[in-house]
Amino acid sequence: MNKLKSASDLEELRKRILSGRDPKKPCITVCSGTGCQATGCEKVSAAFQEELKNQKSSDKVDIRRTGCHGFCEKGPVVIIYPGEICYLQVRPEDTSDIVTQTMMEGEIVDRLLYVDPTTGERIVHESEIPFYKNQKRLLLGNNRKIDPKSIDDYIALNGYSALAKTLSSLTPEQVLEEVKKSNLRGRGGAGFPAGRKWETTRNAPGDQKYVIVNCDEGDPGAYMDRSLMEGNPHMVLEGLIIGAYAIGAHEGFIYVRQEYPLAVTNTASAIRQCEEYGLLGENILGSGFDFKIKIHRGAGAFVSGESSALMSAIEGRVGEPRPKYVHISVKGVWDKPSNLNNVETWATVPFIITNGSDWFNSMGTKGSKGTKIFSLVGKVNNTGLVEVPMGMTLREIITKIGGGIPNGRKFKAVQTGGPSGGCIPEKFLDLPVDFDELAKVGSMMGSGGMIVMDEDTCMVDTAKYFTGFLADESCGKCIPCREGLRQMYKILTAVTAGKATQDDIKRLEDLSEVVRDASLCALGQTSPNPVLSTLRYFRDEYDAHIKGSCPAKVCKDLVTYYIDPEKCQACGLCLKNCPVGAISGKKEVVHVIDPEKCIKCDTCFEVCPDKFNAVAKISGEAVPPAVPQGTKVKRKR
Amino acid sequence: MKMNTVTLEIDGKAVKAEEGMTVLQAAKNAGISIPTLCYHEELEPYGACRFCMVEVTKGRRTKLVASCCYPVEDALVVRTDSERINKIRKVIIELVLPLAPVGTLVGLAKKYGVKESRFPLDKGEEPSYCILCGRCVRYCAEIKKLNAIGFVGRGVDRTVALVPGIGDECVACRECYKPSICEGGKFVPYAEEFAFPPHRSR
Repeated sequence: MNKLKSASDLEELRKRILSGRDPKKPCITVCSGTGCQATGCEKVSAAFQEELKNQKSSDKVDIRRTGCHGFCEKGPVVIIYPGEICYLQVRPEDTSDIVTQTMMEGEIVDRLLYVDPTTGERIVHESEIPFYKNQKRLLLGNNRKIDPKSIDDYIALNGYSALAKTLSSLTPEQVLEEVKKSNLRGRGGAGFPAGRKWETTRNAPGDQKYVIVNCDEGDPGAYMDRSLMEGNPHMVLEGLIIGAYAIGAHEGFIYVRQEYPLAVTNTASAIRQCEEYGLLGENILGSGFDFKIKIHRGAGAFVSGESSALMSAIEGRVGEPRPKYVHISVKGVWDKPSNLNNVETWATVPFIITNGSDWFNSMGTKGSKGTKIFSLVGKVNNTGLVEVPMGMTLREIITKIGGGIPNGRKFKAVQTGGPSGGCIPEKFLDLPVDFDELAKVGSMMGSGGMIVMDEDTCMVDTAKYFTGFLADESCGKCIPCREGLRQMYKILTAVTAGKATQDDIKRLEDLSEVVRDASLCALGQTSPNPVLSTLRYFRDEYDAHIKGSCPAKVCKDLVTYYIDPEKCQACGLCLKNCPVGAISGKKEVVHVIDPEKCIKCDTCFEVCPDKFNAVAKISGEAVPPAVPQGTKVKRKR
Repeated sequence: MKMNTVTLEIDGKAVKAEEGMTVLQAAKNAGISIPTLCYHEELEPYGACRFCMVEVTKGRRTKLVASCCYPVEDALVVRTDSERINKIRKVIIELVLPLAPVGTLVGLAKKYGVKESRFPLDKGEEPSYCILCGRCVRYCAEIKKLNAIGFVGRGVDRTVALVPGIGDECVACRECYKPSICEGGKFVPYAEEFAFPPHRSR
């Protein structure tokens, strides 16, 4: 491959790639994101190859392994082109039907289509499925069209045209101005205006400057950065190179978690391809601009996502935060001006350069422009990655895209922003989601995690879980975070065990305030959010625990399992499944749980057939005395 | 190179300081004392104990910062004493006093009205006499240039440990636990056995 020496070389290449591709040629695309890998896309894709070989059609049909489509709940996702027929939860044994019926005959395999749960209607095209229909998939959209290991796929979709435009017709100042005018705010959590950050780095004294991609995504359940890095790494690289040009940096780092092996592999291959094509290295596209990128693999500490800790890690030191009173834009990696942005932020840049800041400003709210990707997880029907314009309400996201709460349960809260986000109650469901609105109700945009909780969730237990996570992930450098979180976790443990008093709640509040106000870095400063927000909106649950009851019947110490003798039909399921032999009974005789032996694992409750519904969880009320041994069941008529 | 002089206000008093100084240094020069735990004037500022936090106002914005690290600037308004600051100091004392019930901390507890910590040690837990201020680690690295000790572990598991293979030099020196570095003073028994404060459970 000869290096591209100008923007027109790139255009020529694009034309060549496109002319070599027949848009009418059938193509099977198999989502190969991490979610679909878990559900077996490797086997599905191998089965397709085998099937095509058997049918002697290997040369008539292309198979493409693409990036993550986002609807991980229904993976592996397969789309057949042309026609864009979308098949979900495809198993290897389905591939022969797909090849013989759809590829050969043009027939649709009905059983693999999405079925709308409300109307029962089968939906053929991905874009018409409610989960996708209500999204605006700006960044994620191309994931399903390209093989992340193929730079040609990216170039075919106008990839690197924003870079070509930048290098051939814009000055660094013009790029900076455009990004500033776009009002793009950092997607990593804090929402700092990207253009202003770039400008500070650009204006900081010194010739050696760095640009950095933060892909140290560590929030439980959040994987949008992973999905972009794995599924469309060239988009991130293009944004980074444009940013480096605007800032005046000639070296960049991509900090990516070692736990994301596919992201590491795909990014490394993307960098290699760019170097081969002359899109990285010296004199990029003949512009005279030099830029190179190194990958730094993170060693598995949540706190390393904090900018100063991340930079320490790049320098080869322990990933620990340091005070940032002199901004890292001025004194960053090796004390050189360094501009750090999140994966999503960098990935947005090519769109802004191509379409202009006015276009970008047309999406979103007053203070937050563009789109944002959320990891929609928890008690919601459709889980996965969703990308929406800023300002869509929580209700729309959860009901229209997420399909509401499963099993007819009632919504209780949604936690946004990752482990240190706040829990937002039902009364704020119509809140337009943007940086400022979320902050107003005591939560945050954070990385874009969105965990939906229903009435079976205990909010104190939730606060305890996240506080425990953060206590584990605290680096331990500063006292408020290290010692404060430890004590907060101890108090929350006491509350969930029914052993706390109102004095303990006061201690918890005092600690929360001090940890928030005095911690060194953002991990500590935001860590009390789960506690503070649940104290603010679900105080009654704390009070109930103090009085000895867990309203959601989650906290084991406060729950007793009991078999209702009026309802038990002696089916024996609970007895058979109890892992500790705590249940006694026999045919026709009411089953009884021995509270001494019961470990409250919930198995009996889960296995008791719905039609009997005999196992009850009791909290805060007197448990009825056990029935005498040998009590006969009351048969249901 | 001549340093630029800036004028800031600390507790209502106009204070002159040189650019590049920290608020803590400027206050000290002006005879205003700000309490500290991890700060040591021979060592680089570390910003870990958060005890020296002060309120700084710049324009209309007021924020809480660690004075040992915050650089002075012209027209900065600093308050070293307020209800919020006192609350922070009080809670920090409560958090570390049970770990190291020794001189300085006991004195500070008295000063900030802490009679008894609301966060006592667990049953069976012993004071470690170490609040992980890192002065020993920094002294070893910055002054002695040995890097013989360092932190290991994360969060509550964080502890000071010997870097393997540097034991002999470490025995020969033993300066990190002189009282001017380690106020806990009780560090000696651990160092004698070359075992540092044990891990704690959550």
